[in-house]
Amino acid sequence: MTLPWIPLLTFLGVFVPALAIRGGRTVCALATATAPAVALGLVLFFYLGHDGDEVMRTSLQWLPAMGLELAFRLDGLSLLFLLLILGIGLLIILYTRYYLSEQDSMSRFYAFLMLFMTAMVGIVTSDNLLLLWGFWELTSISSFLLISFWSHETTARKGARMAMTVTGAGGLALLAGIMLIGKVVGTYDMGTVLESHDLITASPLYPAIIVLVLLGAFTKSAQFPFHFWLPHAMAAPTPVSAYLHSATMVKAGIFLMLRLHPALSGTELWTVIVTLTGLVTMVYGAWFAFLKTDLKGILAFSTISHLGLITSLLGLGNSQAMIAALFHIINHALFKASLFMAAGIIDHEAGTRDVRKLGGLYRLMPITTVLTCIATVSMAGLPPLNGFISKEMFFTEALASQQFGGLAWIVPLLAGLGGLLSVAYSLRLAYATFFRRPRQEPPKTPHEPPWPMRFPVELLVALCIIVGLVPTLPQSPILEDAVRATVSGEMPEFHLALWHGINPALLLSMAVIAGGIVLHLLHRHMMRFNRQFKPQDARYIFEGFVQRLVALCQRLIDRLENGSLQRYMFLLMAVSVLAMALGLADLDMLAGSLGQQALDPIVILGAALLIMGGVLTAALHRYRLISLLMLSVVGLVVALTFARFSAPDLALTQLSVEVVTMILLMLALFFLPQKTPKESSGARVVRDVLIATGFGGAVASLNFAVLTRDLNSISNFFIDQSVPGGGGHNVVNVILVDFRGFDTLGEITVLAIAGLAIFKLLNRLRLFMPATDMEGRLWSNDRHPTLLMVVSQTLLPLALLVSFFIFLRGHNQPGGGFIAGLITAVALILLYMSRGVEWAQQRLDFQFQPIAIAGVALSTFTGLCSWLFGYPFLTSTFDHFHLPLIGDIELASALIFDGGIYLAVVGATLMILANLGKLTTAHRPNKDMP
Amino acid sequence: MEALYAITTGILTASGVYLTLRGRTFPVVVGLTLLSYAVNLFLFSMGGLTTHGAALVGTNENYADPLPQALVLTAIVIGFAMTAFAIILAMRARGDLGSDSVDGSRTDREDPRENKA
Repeated sequence: MTLPWIPLLTFLGVFVPALAIRGGRTVCALATATAPAVALGLVLFFYLGHDGDEVMRTSLQWLPAMGLELAFRLDGLSLLFLLLILGIGLLIILYTRYYLSEQDSMSRFYAFLMLFMTAMVGIVTSDNLLLLWGFWELTSISSFLLISFWSHETTARKGARMAMTVTGAGGLALLAGIMLIGKVVGTYDMGTVLESHDLITASPLYPAIIVLVLLGAFTKSAQFPFHFWLPHAMAAPTPVSAYLHSATMVKAGIFLMLRLHPALSGTELWTVIVTLTGLVTMVYGAWFAFLKTDLKGILAFSTISHLGLITSLLGLGNSQAMIAALFHIINHALFKASLFMAAGIIDHEAGTRDVRKLGGLYRLMPITTVLTCIATVSMAGLPPLNGFISKEMFFTEALASQQFGGLAWIVPLLAGLGGLLSVAYSLRLAYATFFRRPRQEPPKTPHEPPWPMRFPVELLVALCIIVGLVPTLPQSPILEDAVRATVSGEMPEFHLALWHGINPALLLSMAVIAGGIVLHLLHRHMMRFNRQFKPQDARYIFEGFVQRLVALCQRLIDRLENGSLQRYMFLLMAVSVLAMALGLADLDMLAGSLGQQALDPIVILGAALLIMGGVLTAALHRYRLISLLMLSVVGLVVALTFARFSAPDLALTQLSVEVVTMILLMLALFFLPQKTPKESSGARVVRDVLIATGFGGAVASLNFAVLTRDLNSISNFFIDQSVPGGGGHNVVNVILVDFRGFDTLGEITVLAIAGLAIFKLLNRLRLFMPATDMEGRLWSNDRHPTLLMVVSQTLLPLALLVSFFIFLRGHNQPGGGFIAGLITAVALILLYMSRGVEWAQQRLDFQFQPIAIAGVALSTFTGLCSWLFGYPFLTSTFDHFHLPLIGDIELASALIFDGGIYLAVVGATLMILANLGKLTTAHRPNKDMP
Repeated sequence: MEALYAITTGILTASGVYLTLRGRTFPVVVGLTLLSYAVNLFLFSMGGLTTHGAALVGTNENYADPLPQALVLTAIVIGFAMTAFAIILAMRARGDLGSDSVDGSRTDREDPRENKA
């Protein structure tokens, strides 16, 4: 099926303008028009080529687990909107070519426009609610880009932000509503949802669904009280206004209500909310349209008013009202798009769109005058144009409405009032712009625009006339299909005509027209009446609200994130204690079923040393050197603990890391204060002791609970597979370099990155170097004791040999790359310590960064090599070789991987320590020095 | 033995946590190191406490669980990298801010010898 091609084509169109702009502005416009033109042809081809009753659907799996599918449908409703979106879109592209000035980036404008078009096409063709929502949000974003196109203007930026905030917030409400629908129905598939009317309306979630979905629709369609963004969106270039506010963006909300009409409507709740909101919006918008002096302002409020009209029809909800609504959607798009474009032409030619400065234009722009007046007549709902027919249908439905019981008269009253105001503002628009004697000269002397710029207006006005005079002809089958898609059950009879005979609706119409004329004549008095109200600019209210919200959030952030690490640590630890306590409280009893092993004196001694070391480290922390010494006791006994409990690899690692850590911390302490001042208050100490005790108690309980329970380890696999699969007898090492080699690769990468970060942190670091110790004694003159020099130099080759041995045997005996690397590093550091940095630097004249990087690279490369042989990343291999004299020897590719680990560990460790050591000499790490 | 092991781990953890809540960088780094020792001991014990059972295939009947050992081995090395980074960050902060307070405030210079320099 080729339905996805429709949105895809317009999406591809996004990239066309940037390429085509090289050929000039006309070429760019034509090239941009190609994609929507083809898409429009495709739509018509699909539509004409298929059987009337069947809905065309196509779907591709996307995220089936979330119910998200790339599903598209083409039914009568989609078709109606697609014709409007693509058709009017094409006219807008043509119009824009002449509207934009030379300074404006045409390709950027067209790209945004196409993106917006894609989003709209996506909304109306989506066959999955989540997908629809995605496109819905895309319209918010792309309309933001379009409205803020003249981003150098504050009004454009603020208007765009307001539109984005309001419609975006509505979009979130809609998402919530959609998720509730999905929860009730069990799927996001549009077809299923549309057939689940009874299920949804019977659900207790129904009121929430209605409110959330309607929030989305009302914000998008600028219904009262969310209408305020629309007039400010008029800061956009006029083609944008013409497109967004006639046929597309604001109609998206209407479309949503139409689309979900079969599933959600038909209840009292729906009728009350939708009808009342629509009627209020209609009267409100019409009144302000009457008072505005900006051409686009008048049209903006008129748009709000007409959207209210359509919404109220959707609320009434019977099939005749639906027909009227759909018909008015077409008519409104036709006359409003042409009026916006005409307003743009007047603005373009006269240099202003303030009706107070305009007047008498009929002499200078006769053709534009005629066109605009015809469209205005349609907007006012005067015969014999299309606007009249749909308005008559609206009045008929309003008069026939049985809603609100004894207050049923309120519907026709508000409908009539809205219609009356429409007549008044339409008259004012035409009169003030074209016929009134000008009070002042417009900034430019207006003349007729180039013909192609006027052509879209001509075409749309011609359509207005054709639809008005021959309402049965072109749009009937399309309308019929659209009605079928939105009304469940029997297809209602309907007949569109200008003349229905003398009926109540006609009488209401006549009264409304007469009233409108009277109101227009009283315009000056109305303006005076309005002046006594304080003007309310929605922008200030909105901006004030946003600023207060930001300030509130800032205060909240200031309280939570005040820059104090101590507070963060406290919060972190307190929450962790709480989480552990909650988990532990769920246990039936602390001790599990396993019995405990017997104690032996060595274990007791070790535990005593650990406890003493740990407590003294904390207790004596103000005397930093002593605290550090206590820490080293803990580290050493931890190594012994590993050895005691059958972990030789861990013991070796811990031992060598312990040495390196102590050297590091001693070096650091050299540059830091030797004592911590007493600054924690008693209360703070008590609080911290309590937290620490709670934390320790929770960890101890958890540890004990685990140790006394049965263990179902996955390790038997590793033990069984170590020799046959990994070719090594030391299971720990085989896990590191083979089974979980990917983890190890990540870890040596982190190590190398830490080394690099430290190298960077030390760059140009200048620290005070004390000349004496805490008691004021000078450092010893003998900086490099002979004994240490001799021993370290003698030990170096031996240490290197041992590390090589430990590296080689690592696969079968305790050892391996990590341990060997640490031993090498320790030996080299001993050399630095005994001989001084300068001496060592001369002899080890190379950088350590490349070694660490080379190590990571070597390990990665080993992993990649397995791809050459068609195996997954990091697959290892091994084989036995027979060498004369030496005998059988086993070589595993994991050995090379381990070599990478070795290099990374040596490089990173020395990068850290040697560079830190250099701080004590003139060879401080410094970028400027080679 | 298990109870003693758990108590030891708990006390080491508590000492580490107390130190990480201090207001100066050096005790915090020492506390982090102590805490990582405790965490390593804790994780290591997740495979049970085995005597004379190094996970070398063919040496005995009852192997210690090798998986926690492998994980702790890398944790030790990464812990070293973390300690190193934290302490050097602390030095940098002192160099740039003139204070070793964890909140980075430019407060008193505690070391009396520095005034002479």
